[in-house]
Amino acid sequence: MELLLIILIGLLYGAGVYLILRRSMVKLLLGIMLLGSGANILIFLLGGITKGKPPVIDEKAKLFQDIFADPIPQALILTAIVISFALTAFAIVLLKRVYALVNSDDLDDLNTNEEEDI
Amino acid sequence: MLLAVLSGLLFSIAMVFFGKGLKAKWSPLLLVLPPVLFTFFASFIPFISSGNIQLQHINWVPSLGINFDFKLDGLSLLFTLMITGIGTAIFIYARKYLKGHPYFDRFFGYLFLFMSAMLGVVLSNNILLLFIFWELTSISSFFLIGFNNDNADSRKSALTALSITGLGGFFLLASLILIGNIAGTYTISELINSRDLLLKDPLYPLIIGLLFIGAFTKSAQFPFHFWLPGAMKAPTPVSAYLHSATMVKAGIYLLARFSPILGGTDYWNYTLIIVGGITMLYASIHSLFRTDLKGILAYSTISALGILTFLIGLGTKEAMIAVSVFILAHALYKATLFLVTGIIDHETHTRDITVLSGLRKVLPPVALAGILAALSSAGFPLVTLGFIGKDLIYEATLTFSNPTLIWTLTGLAIVTNIGLVAAGFMAGITPFVGKLPQQFEKIHIPYKGLWIPPLVLALLGIILGIFPAVVGELITNQTANTIFGANTNSHLAVWHGWTLVLFLSLGTLAVGSLLYILNKPSMAKLAAIERFNVISPKTIIMGLGSKIMQFSSWYTDRMHNGYLRSYHLKIILFAEAVLAYKLWVSGPIYIDFWSLTYPDLYEVAIVFVLIGALFLILTTPSRLTAVVSMSVIGYCICLIFVIYSAPDLAMTQFTIDTLSTVLFVLVLYKLPGFVNLTNKKVLFRDALVAISFGIIIALTAFKIWAEPINKDISNFYGENAYILAKGKNVVNVILVDFRGIDTMFETVVLSIAAIGVYSMIRLRLKSSEKE
Repeated sequence: MELLLIILIGLLYGAGVYLILRRSMVKLLLGIMLLGSGANILIFLLGGITKGKPPVIDEKAKLFQDIFADPIPQALILTAIVISFALTAFAIVLLKRVYALVNSDDLDDLNTNEEEDI
Repeated sequence: MLLAVLSGLLFSIAMVFFGKGLKAKWSPLLLVLPPVLFTFFASFIPFISSGNIQLQHINWVPSLGINFDFKLDGLSLLFTLMITGIGTAIFIYARKYLKGHPYFDRFFGYLFLFMSAMLGVVLSNNILLLFIFWELTSISSFFLIGFNNDNADSRKSALTALSITGLGGFFLLASLILIGNIAGTYTISELINSRDLLLKDPLYPLIIGLLFIGAFTKSAQFPFHFWLPGAMKAPTPVSAYLHSATMVKAGIYLLARFSPILGGTDYWNYTLIIVGGITMLYASIHSLFRTDLKGILAYSTISALGILTFLIGLGTKEAMIAVSVFILAHALYKATLFLVTGIIDHETHTRDITVLSGLRKVLPPVALAGILAALSSAGFPLVTLGFIGKDLIYEATLTFSNPTLIWTLTGLAIVTNIGLVAAGFMAGITPFVGKLPQQFEKIHIPYKGLWIPPLVLALLGIILGIFPAVVGELITNQTANTIFGANTNSHLAVWHGWTLVLFLSLGTLAVGSLLYILNKPSMAKLAAIERFNVISPKTIIMGLGSKIMQFSSWYTDRMHNGYLRSYHLKIILFAEAVLAYKLWVSGPIYIDFWSLTYPDLYEVAIVFVLIGALFLILTTPSRLTAVVSMSVIGYCICLIFVIYSAPDLAMTQFTIDTLSTVLFVLVLYKLPGFVNLTNKKVLFRDALVAISFGIIIALTAFKIWAEPINKDISNFYGENAYILAKGKNVVNVILVDFRGIDTMFETVVLSIAAIGVYSMIRLRLKSSEKE
C-alpha cells in the first residue's frame, strides 16, 4: 500500500504543478487544491500508516494497551485541511469577483503591461 | 569632536526647515559653521604638534564593533584644517556665486552634509564608522555634481561619479571587514598592533587589492579617473571643494592612514607606484590638450592625485614628508584656480582658453590670485609652497630604497611636473595676459565675496611657502610622522643650497614654461586626442556598464515578466533542481520490502478511482466535471483516512470537501468551459516539468519513508493524553490542549478568511468599476 500511496503522491503533485502552470484561474485553484491533498497524504504516509488502530484510548483504559496510529501527522493534517479550506473559500469568492469585473478566466487578461507571451 | 562632526548634519537638517528663510537676509548665518569648526580644530594645533593624539570614544553599536571612535592626530589635523579652512572660503564664495539661485538652500544643505561626512572620514578611529562617512561623501557629492538637475549631462556625470565611487565603496567595505576579522578589532589605533598578523595572512594581497580599488575609485586613479572630469559639471564651488581639495583626497587619506598598518610590502609599494605613476603621467599629458579651463584643472588634479599615490607607494621617510606638504600645497593652489575659473565663468560665460585673454585689465584682484596660484602650482622657487612640495617630491624619488629605479622614477616625476607647470600656467595665466577682447570690456570686478576667498588662499600658498618651517612645525611634520608610523625628523626649509634637487626643480620650471609658450591649445588638438577615446578606460568601463544594464533589463524581463505561471515554472524548476541534486548525492534508495503492507483489493480500487478522477480533471473541457472530479478525489482521500486509522481526518476531509464543492458549484456554474489557451509545445513542456516534479517528489517521499523515524513525541502524547489532559482522543487532545494556542490562532485565520469571503460577497460594484 505504501508504494501505491507514493505513486499517488507523485501523481497529485505532478497534476497540481501542471494545473498551476495553466492560464485559467480555475485550473490554478484546482492545482493548488491538488498540491494540498498531495502534501496531506505525504505527511500521512511519512508518519507510518497503521490499519485499524486509531489513536483513541479505550473506554475503560487510561493508557494505550496496543500499538496506535501516530497522532501527530493527523493533527498536522487536520490543521492543514481546515486552513486550505479557508484559502479555497476565499479564492473561490475572489475568482467570482474577478470574473464579474473582467469577464474572463484568463490570468493574462489581468496583466496591465503589454509584454508578449513567453 | 562628535559634535564637531555632526554639527554639519544638524545644519543640513535645519536647512530643510529653515532653508527658504535663509535665502536672502539671513544667509550670512550659513557662513558661521565652517570658521567655528576651523577655530575649533586649529585650537588643537599646539597639542597635536607636540606629538599628542586626541581620542574620543562613544558607544554606538558595541556588539557589532561599531562605535563613535574619533581620533585627532597629525594626519587628521591636516585634513580637518583643510576641510574647514578651504570650506570657509568655499562657503563665502558660494553664497555669492549662487545668489538668487532657486535651490540655494538645497545647495547649502548638501554642502553641510558633505563637510560633515568628510570630517567624519578623517576623524573616524573605527573603520566601519569611516566607511559610513565614506559612503556619505559619495552620496552628498552625487547631489552636488547633479545640482543642475535640469541638465542631462549633469545628471549623467553625477550618476557616473556615484557608480564609480559607490562601486569602490563595496570593495572597500569587503576589505575593511576582512581586516576586522583577521585583526579582531575595528579600531584603527589598535590595528597597528596587528600589523604582523595582517601581513602574514594569506588574504593580505586580497585585502590591499580591495582597499586599493576603494581608494583608487575615490581618488580618481587610472583607470577609474574618468568620473572626475565628468564631475566638473558641478557648480564651480563644488569642483573647488570636492574635486580638488577634499573628497578626492579621501582616497589618499585612506592610503596614508593604512600605510603604517598594511604598507611597506612589495605588493603595497609597487602597486601604488605603478598606478600612481601611470595616473600622474597620463593625466598630466592629457591636461595639455584641454581647452576648457575646468578640463585642464580636472586633469591636473588627477595628475596631482597620481603623484600623491605614487609618493605613498615610495614609502620612504622623504616621500611621506613630501605627501604631507604636497597635499596642502595642492589644495591651496588648486582651490584658488578653481575659484578663479568660477569667477571667469560667472563674468564672461565662457571657460574656453582659446577665447579668454587680457582679463587682468578688468579683474585685477582675480588675476593676482590666479597668477600667484599658477606660480605655486609651477613650483616657482623660493616664494611658493608648491616649490617646497616639488623639491620634496624629487628628494623622495632620489632617495628611493631600490637604487636601480631611482632615475626611472625621478624621470617620471620630472615629465609629470613639466606637464603640470604648463597646465597650471594655462589655467592661471592664459586668461589674464594678452589683449582684452572687445566683448569682455564691460566686465566689472565682482562681489568681494567672490574674489577675496581665492586671493586669500593664493596668498596663503605664498606666505606658507616663504615660512615653510612654521607650517612644518605646526602641522605637516606630525602628518608625516603619522603616515610614516615613526618620527621623520623633518625640517622644512626654503633653501637647501645648490643641490641636485634645486637644479631639477629649476629645470622643470624652465622646460614647463617653454612648453607653455610653445603649446597653444586648440580645438584641433583636442579633437586629435579625442580620437583615442575609443580605447580609453572611460569608453571601456562605460561600455561594460551599459552591457550590464542591458543584461539586467533582459534578466528582469525574463524573470519578472508579470505572468504568474512563469514565476511558478521557475520556482518549481529550481525546487526540482535542488531536490534532484540532494537525491543524487544522498545515494541509492534501499527498500525493505518486508515492511511494506499489502493493499486489499478495495484499497487498490479507491486509488484507481482517485487516479481516474485526476485524469479527468486534467483533460476535461468542462468546469463542472473538473469540480466534481475534485470532490471525488477528496472523498477517496477521505476513505484512505478511514481505513488507515484517522477517523478525525476523515470527518474533517468529508465536511470540508463537501463544503468546497458546494461553494465552487454555487459560484462558478455560470462560468464558461475551459478554452485551450496554450499551444502544444508549451503544454508538452509543462507536462514534462510536472511529470519530473511528481517523480522527484515520489522518490523523495520514498527516501524519507525508508528512513527510521523517531516516535518519542508521539508516544509522549499517547501516554499523557489521558493522564495530563483527561482526553481519550489523542488527536483532539493535541489540537485543543497541548497545542491549544496554535489552534486558537488557526481559528483567527479562519475568521479572517470568513470576513473576507463575506465582504466579497456583499460588495456591490459601482457601474463605473465595471469595464
